[in-house]
Amino acid sequence: MINIFDVAYLIPLFPFLGFLINGLGRKVISKSLTGMIGSGVIFISFCLSIIVFLDVSREGFIPQNIEYFSFINIGKLNIPFEFQVDQLTSLFLLIITGVGFLIHVYSTSYMKEEDRSGYGRYFSFLNLFVFSMLLLVMGGNYVIMFMGWEGVGLCSYLLIGFWFKNNSFNNAAKKAFIMNRIGDFGFILGIFWLINSFGTTSYHQLFNTATGIPFLVTTKNSTVLTGISLLLFLGATGKSAQIPLYTWLPDAMAGPTPVSALIHAATMVTAGIYMIARSNILYTMAPFTMMVVAIIGLATAIFAAIIALKQNDIKKVLAYSTVSQLGYMFLGLGVGAYSAAVFHVMTHAFFKALLFLGAGSVIHAMGGEQDIHKMGGLGKKMKITYVTFFIACLAIAGLPPFSGFFSKDEILAVAFSKNPLFYIIGVAGALLTAFYMFRLLALTFAGKFRGTEDQLHHVHESPSAMTFPLICLAVLAAIGGLVGIPGVLLKNGDRLGDFLSPVFADSNKILAANTTSPQTGIVLMCVSSILILIVCIWAWKKYKNYDGSTKEAGAFTRAMQNKFYIDELYELIFVKPLKVFSGFLSNVVEKSGIDALVNGVGKGINYSSRQIRLLQSGMVGSYILLMVVGLLLLLIIQLFTK
Amino acid sequence: MEVKWYIFLSIALFCIGVAGALIRRNSIIVFMCIELMLNSVNLLLVAFSKMHMSGLASDGSSAMSAQIFVFFIMIVAAAEVSVGLAIIVMMYRNTKSIDINFLNRLKN
Amino acid sequence: MLGTYYTFPELLLWIPLLTGVIVFFIKNSKTVKTFALLSSLATLAVSVISLCYSDVAHNPEYLVYSNVSYVWMPYIGASFSVGLDGMGFLLTFLTAFTLPLIFAATHKREYANANVYYGLMLLFQGGLMGVFIAMDALVFYFFWELALIPAYFLCSRWGGELRIRVTFKFFIYTFISSLLMLIGIIYVYLHTSPVSPLSEHSFYLKSFYNAALSTSEQYGVFWLFFVAFAVKMPIFPFHSWQPALYEQAPDSTVMILSGIMVKMGIFGMIRWLLPIFPGAVEKYDTLVITLCVVSILYASCIALVQSDLKRIVAWSSIAHIGLMGAAIFAHNETSLQGAIIEMLNHGINIIALWIVVDIIEKKTGIRKISELGGLALKSPSLAIFFLIIVLANIALPLTSGFVGEFLMFTGVFEYNKWLAAFACISIILSATYMLNMMQKVFFGVSNSLTENVTAISTGQKLVLSVFVIAIVTLGVYPGPVLHLTQGTVTDILQSFK
Repeated sequence: MINIFDVAYLIPLFPFLGFLINGLGRKVISKSLTGMIGSGVIFISFCLSIIVFLDVSREGFIPQNIEYFSFINIGKLNIPFEFQVDQLTSLFLLIITGVGFLIHVYSTSYMKEEDRSGYGRYFSFLNLFVFSMLLLVMGGNYVIMFMGWEGVGLCSYLLIGFWFKNNSFNNAAKKAFIMNRIGDFGFILGIFWLINSFGTTSYHQLFNTATGIPFLVTTKNSTVLTGISLLLFLGATGKSAQIPLYTWLPDAMAGPTPVSALIHAATMVTAGIYMIARSNILYTMAPFTMMVVAIIGLATAIFAAIIALKQNDIKKVLAYSTVSQLGYMFLGLGVGAYSAAVFHVMTHAFFKALLFLGAGSVIHAMGGEQDIHKMGGLGKKMKITYVTFFIACLAIAGLPPFSGFFSKDEILAVAFSKNPLFYIIGVAGALLTAFYMFRLLALTFAGKFRGTEDQLHHVHESPSAMTFPLICLAVLAAIGGLVGIPGVLLKNGDRLGDFLSPVFADSNKILAANTTSPQTGIVLMCVSSILILIVCIWAWKKYKNYDGSTKEAGAFTRAMQNKFYIDELYELIFVKPLKVFSGFLSNVVEKSGIDALVNGVGKGINYSSRQIRLLQSGMVGSYILLMVVGLLLLLIIQLFTK
Repeated sequence: MEVKWYIFLSIALFCIGVAGALIRRNSIIVFMCIELMLNSVNLLLVAFSKMHMSGLASDGSSAMSAQIFVFFIMIVAAAEVSVGLAIIVMMYRNTKSIDINFLNRLKN
Repeated sequence: MLGTYYTFPELLLWIPLLTGVIVFFIKNSKTVKTFALLSSLATLAVSVISLCYSDVAHNPEYLVYSNVSYVWMPYIGASFSVGLDGMGFLLTFLTAFTLPLIFAATHKREYANANVYYGLMLLFQGGLMGVFIAMDALVFYFFWELALIPAYFLCSRWGGELRIRVTFKFFIYTFISSLLMLIGIIYVYLHTSPVSPLSEHSFYLKSFYNAALSTSEQYGVFWLFFVAFAVKMPIFPFHSWQPALYEQAPDSTVMILSGIMVKMGIFGMIRWLLPIFPGAVEKYDTLVITLCVVSILYASCIALVQSDLKRIVAWSSIAHIGLMGAAIFAHNETSLQGAIIEMLNHGINIIALWIVVDIIEKKTGIRKISELGGLALKSPSLAIFFLIIVLANIALPLTSGFVGEFLMFTGVFEYNKWLAAFACISIILSATYMLNMMQKVFFGVSNSLTENVTAISTGQKLVLSVFVIAIVTLGVYPGPVLHLTQGTVTDILQSFK
């Protein structure tokens, strides 16, 4: 029997093959075959991931490190091309390939209207994305992770700008890539610093948990660790859309909706969380960074939630909601609840992918309309979409027993033990989440239809290739949380936490244990759940019978609608000055500085030659005179310098 | 006779040559003045050669070489004269003048 | 074994030089092209075969093994000695590999006096080869200048409208700096010890390495060499010849100029500057790296606001070269390895980029990015090739650009964290201007100027495929290249101990 870890490279290889086949054969392969290849390769990877998962969850499993070849090997620096498979990796593998497969299936129908080569291009990009994402989570060192990291960024760029005829889409794509690059700037500097301090980037050398003590990492002073962890975190803020680099994610909604579901909700944006969870010891050893991570996460969670309250584009609401949920995950990481954060990544992948796919279904039915003011009453015509969307809303709002409740509550419980203020703000954010989600739900599916007559006729339930993933995800979103029932409710209920605990064992040793008593925990849980329920009902009531009338908005509301003018602010303080400065360099420093200097030397020589030329008067007499004067000078020098 | 008289004569000839070359505009005279300067140097060389003939190396070869130099100079001067005069003749044919200041158009 | 391999470095030199001279006498322009292509392929074959014997590169005694030496001017201690070490293998391979592709890419182009054009191109190649294989300072200088002459004529006869002015500037710039280097060479020469009884001094490479220069002498002479190399590379503030020349030079010449000729400066720094003046390098390294970092950021900023395709590529090239300069002066193993492999990668990337730019210009007749657009609709495969090349240019992992830049940044970081951090800003800026170019040229809808653009031909596809395959291969599996140059790096670093 073959050891699955010997063939672990097959997991990313299949999507890569799919990319090659679909990409190169996009003009010859028929659309149905393209869809089949595209989804099929992901399905194979999914099956392999399940086998890996089963193997990993065995008793007595030790992390597997598989080295393929030497990527860079010069003297003291050796960076092998290696994979590492452990509990964290196997969980991410399941999320990526599982959700990825469903979204591929959904796409086969959603992208039907593309022509053959566009269809092939779409699936090849999507497969390439899955390949890069798998590389990211399977990589055995930071350099391989960075390969996947940049790879997913590239795919995100290509897919946001998939309809490249539209220049505003292209701008969004470019913005996403550049914002990510700013993050990557920090990430790669962090890698350089790691190499500089430890001489290696391999996880198994940096954080060797087999012996019970974190390896190299403990040997360095805290300044270095703080510096490295902060730089890596900058990378995470870029990829996972946190303050200050979050503005690309809402714009990224320009891409096709399944892309938003896969890349900008379920998988790519959680790469930052994966990275921090992977380097958890590094962060645990740097308390200052933990604080920064927690505060940034919390700030993002609440800030994005506020913006989401007043967005009218169905995808924009979901985008800000994603930013906000990612903030929760960072809050979890920042307070040391690593496994809770990863748990939330998982549940979030289920319900947010579901929300996006549901939104895609709605947009599909509405013929491309995305403004929720022009929807309404769709629940009657699109039963499956409506029900699944409703489940997702319950899950994201955090109502028990849906999945979001367990993961969010676990994060908030740890946050409470760290600092009650974190908890209060976190719950406030959760209330906002509940409000905007039910506003969205009510405006879209309840009340009267507010669109045009044409659209009304067009509205229909989506085909089964689209509803099937919706149903699957809805089931997962509903019950997915049950793998992590907190210990206070059910003894040994936190199966996921136990599964992941080897990965975080060392950090948990260092971190202070949760000091909240079980009673307090249950009280908090109840209070927050009741509050959320009230807000949900309130929002539903308020917007159920929305009739399309708009009130004059106040100043604060206008600011919210305009996303607090953050884009404009960045434009004003970064982009404009850079442009002006570059223009200054190009037009002033280069032209009248350096080039003028160089040309000036030439001109100077030219001028002085013109002057000296006058000595050549053409008068033989004057030449002789000069000669005689010269001779006399030589004579005098000869006489007086002795 | 002491060598200093030769030196005085040589200096006098040289100065006459310089003065003539500087002052006169007739190119033939300038030319002759240049020859005069050359010959003053020749005179000096010969004089010193004679002076050192007895005092230096036994075979006097180094002092002899000064006299060979003189021959060299005379040959060069002869060659120079033939070219120089040819130039002056051509100049006269072209400009109907042998004034050296007349021919200053090279500068432009 | 194919018998002795002693003749390979020589063949690399004589094939282009001789065929270059022969081409002058061929009248028919078709024959000229075929002949030049065949000649470059022959050089490539020699280069590939010689790579099979590159084991010597790991031997510390490589100078003895792969060295060909003729008596040239024994009384002044100069011998015509050429040889290949790891870095030499790499750069001669780059030269031999890209030239046939350049010829193939511009095969359809008609030049006036094709025989002279191609003859000069081959002589240019010969000069470059000579620089890369020289093991003697005088031979090095000889070929250094020899390479300049064809470049001058190529640019000044077949260039754009402002060619005379621009080429003149280029010539004066590089020529003056080369003369400074000549003074430096003579100065160092006078401090070398003899290798033969016939002369008191020697021009031999190793004699130069062991020249008895006091530290204060090093401080002075260092700059004579440095300026020559810095102009050729170019580094800020010696760069002002470059963008204009790249804009004006004829298509295939600019590929050699930017792809290979600028590597002469970098190569010179590694081969000649570092080992001869270790004391001065250690004294001035911070200054020079700062200059290089300024160069990177300055060029990147200017590239942001350029509207001409060629200018963007030219400025991006300056930014990359600046990084290589910084890496060289960080003078540690990682950075030097990075700089050497980046020479190969950058050569391949930038030539591929020029080929695409050239195709665009020839198809549309414009170079202003604001006037282009929608080419991805008209020629999807060109867009894909261009995208991959652009990604290599902004150092995305798994393309060739990443390996070099990663190593260089790591090395510079080892030298100084802050300088590396500033240099690293360029990864943001380069993405900005490159993607901006990509978007303006290829995305969006086509306009009246780009309406009639046709897809690229199979030949062009083939040439670009070769480049793309090279880019990806070098990006995924750079091990052999790094292994090849390990010996050179160890050798050079020995002078710092």
